[in-house]
Amino acid sequence: MTAYEPWNAERASQIIAEHAALEGATLPIMHAMQEAFGHVPDAAVPMIADALNLSRAEIHGCLTFYHDFRRQPAGRHVVKLCRAEACQSVGADALHADIKRELNVDWHETTADGEVTIEPVFCLGLCTCGPAALIDGKPVGALDVGKLRAALGRSH
Amino acid sequence: MADVTKIYVPRDMAALAMGADDVAAKIETVAEKSGAAIEIVRNGSRGLLWLEPMVEVETGEGRIAYGPVAASDVESLFASDFLKGGAHKLRLGKPEEIPWLAKQQRLTFARCGIIDPFSLDDYRAYGGMAGLDKALTLDAPGIVDEVKASGLRGRGGAGFPAWIKWDTVRKAEADRKYVVCNADEGDSGTFADRMLMEGDPFTLIEGMTIAGLATGATKGYIYLRSEYPQAFEALNRALVVARRRGVLGASVMNSGKPFDIEVRLGAGAYICGEETSLLESLEGKRGVVRAKPPIPALKGLFGKPTLVNNVMSFAAIPWILSHGGKAYADYGMGRSLGTLPIQLAGNVKRGGLIELAFGISLREVIEEFGGGTWSGRPVRAAQVGGPLGAYFPDKLFDTPLDYEAFAAKKGLLGHGGIVVFDDTVDLAKQARFAFEFCAAESCGKCTPCRIGATRGVETMDRVISGVQPEKNLGLVRDLCEIMTDGSLCAMGGLTPVPVMSAIDNFPEDFNTRARPSVAIAAE
Ligand SMILES: Cc1cc2nc3c(=O)[nH]c(=O)nc-3n(C[C@H](O)[C@H](O)[C@H](O)COP(=O)(O)O)c2cc1C
Ligand code: SF4
Ligand code: FES
Repeated sequence: MTAYEPWNAERASQIIAEHAALEGATLPIMHAMQEAFGHVPDAAVPMIADALNLSRAEIHGCLTFYHDFRRQPAGRHVVKLCRAEACQSVGADALHADIKRELNVDWHETTADGEVTIEPVFCLGLCTCGPAALIDGKPVGALDVGKLRAALGRSH
Repeated sequence: MADVTKIYVPRDMAALAMGADDVAAKIETVAEKSGAAIEIVRNGSRGLLWLEPMVEVETGEGRIAYGPVAASDVESLFASDFLKGGAHKLRLGKPEEIPWLAKQQRLTFARCGIIDPFSLDDYRAYGGMAGLDKALTLDAPGIVDEVKASGLRGRGGAGFPAWIKWDTVRKAEADRKYVVCNADEGDSGTFADRMLMEGDPFTLIEGMTIAGLATGATKGYIYLRSEYPQAFEALNRALVVARRRGVLGASVMNSGKPFDIEVRLGAGAYICGEETSLLESLEGKRGVVRAKPPIPALKGLFGKPTLVNNVMSFAAIPWILSHGGKAYADYGMGRSLGTLPIQLAGNVKRGGLIELAFGISLREVIEEFGGGTWSGRPVRAAQVGGPLGAYFPDKLFDTPLDYEAFAAKKGLLGHGGIVVFDDTVDLAKQARFAFEFCAAESCGKCTPCRIGATRGVETMDRVISGVQPEKNLGLVRDLCEIMTDGSLCAMGGLTPVPVMSAIDNFPEDFNTRARPSVAIAAE
């Protein structure tokens, strides 16, 4: 579980200032924002654009191009499930269907209690021990529903 | 004080995924309780991934391995006197004598899993830095000559001769040049880059530094996929050591030549593995593919001459310099020279990293190393070369791992990943997935790829549900032709490879009336 700070424009300016001198600073800034706030809110777009002397359209384009960046806060737990071929070969598709049914969510959605967000990824480099997942940033191999429940501290 | 026993517990991401941190913690606790003097080293993985977490103990007769170890095994290991190499059901003996490993030819991965990844002294003791030492005695053309003599071809997928790019960047006149390492490793079934960055990061750093000396570049970037948080940490730790020890910085090993490296994280876009898209992303933009020419070697990052190579390409360089290009070229076959870090994955009993000279057959890898499927069912297909690679049936398994031999069978070797499937696989579903993946990951710049992939998914859905299957399969073939001929880059251009190989090699899965795999799944 990851605790995020609430959005705060002053803190955001500080993050931008820390990275603005880097060559091609857009991605490092967005990563740092997401690390701090759990997402990159639309309010950050004009701030990043101003600091880097780029248009808002460019920053918005960047934010929406990359799968990693969230524009809305996620649940308290983020579960990234590998959907790629090596994991498919050991039953990932069926597992994902079970997980989605149990949590009553589809990809990119958060459970009604705000606890868990499910995101697809294509390969985690754990292709010999699939189905693979990153649960709150921690690698998990040979995932099954029981392991997921245990990792999330849920009884069902 | 009693002798301290060294215990190696890998911190490789695959070992962590199977509980290595819990095992390390448990060893600490039990050792403390029993008063045993131990030191835990978090090494990389040797690549016998079905045995992870594989714990090694340094004993009088060398290192003794145990695996796969779960935290719940630790008490019994201590009870069996494993600190002295005692007998236990998980005892594997000396790791270097395990046939799976003993049969390999480890040049690039010579140290991975053996050394402490962040100890430059360990690194040197096992042959590290000899390549850089050698390079510092040569001039830039002299370094490029060794790379040329090695026959090294890019390990990122395309197999382009490395020395040509090196020489082009070297000769380009500019006030600033860059060396960029492509560590985006997006292909399913591949993890060699990750393993090396986590388990032996100095090899990559040394290789890139030699590239800096050869090309005149002063700044290196490692573009790392964000899915590899452990590698990010490992690289940054190793870079700090390299700077502190004068390997990197204003004067590389006191040569007066500056070179430094910075790691940058991608953000979950497969297309950013394509080199021009990667450069756009490094510049802080959307990862949209650039038209070539100009080639990155002449106009790359921020318009400056830029050498872009894969992690495995750079990591082969230290060995090539220290042993000579000729010695490297003595491995391999035809125009595929040196060794290939093969990654055996998917539904396989013994998966992991297998470094071997080019030329071994796909069958030998799957059967002898892999030992068949993990499920115990018959092997039905293998996809080689990532999501843009072909699905091969048994009758093509005798193809040797060689760039040209794979191309002749309408496949590709790519980054050396092999994903094994058992007989429950449905190739029509895999073909559909190839389009789905392309639709999800296309950069959107050109129509055949952007629209074609989505049309492909829809059309495959019709084939699968039996709506005019013949007619719709014809449409899929047409679509593949258009994507092959009309796409700007290999994302759209090669998506037809998995699709067409599935159709051509497994026609029975596309005849919706009698799909054997469906029958099996319903058993
Ligand atoms: C869609 C696509 C994805 C790619 N992904 C990667 C990748 O993840 N890693 C990589 O090294 N090369 C990748 N490549 C190949 C690069 O464009 C480029 O050829 C490579 O970085 C050059 O390095 P090399 O000559 O050392 O192989 C990809 C190419 C395409 C078309
Ligand atoms: S083929 Fe696809 S990924 Fe490549 S440039 Fe065209 S749209 Fe982009
Ligand atoms: S395919 Fe799932 S981790 Fe690689």
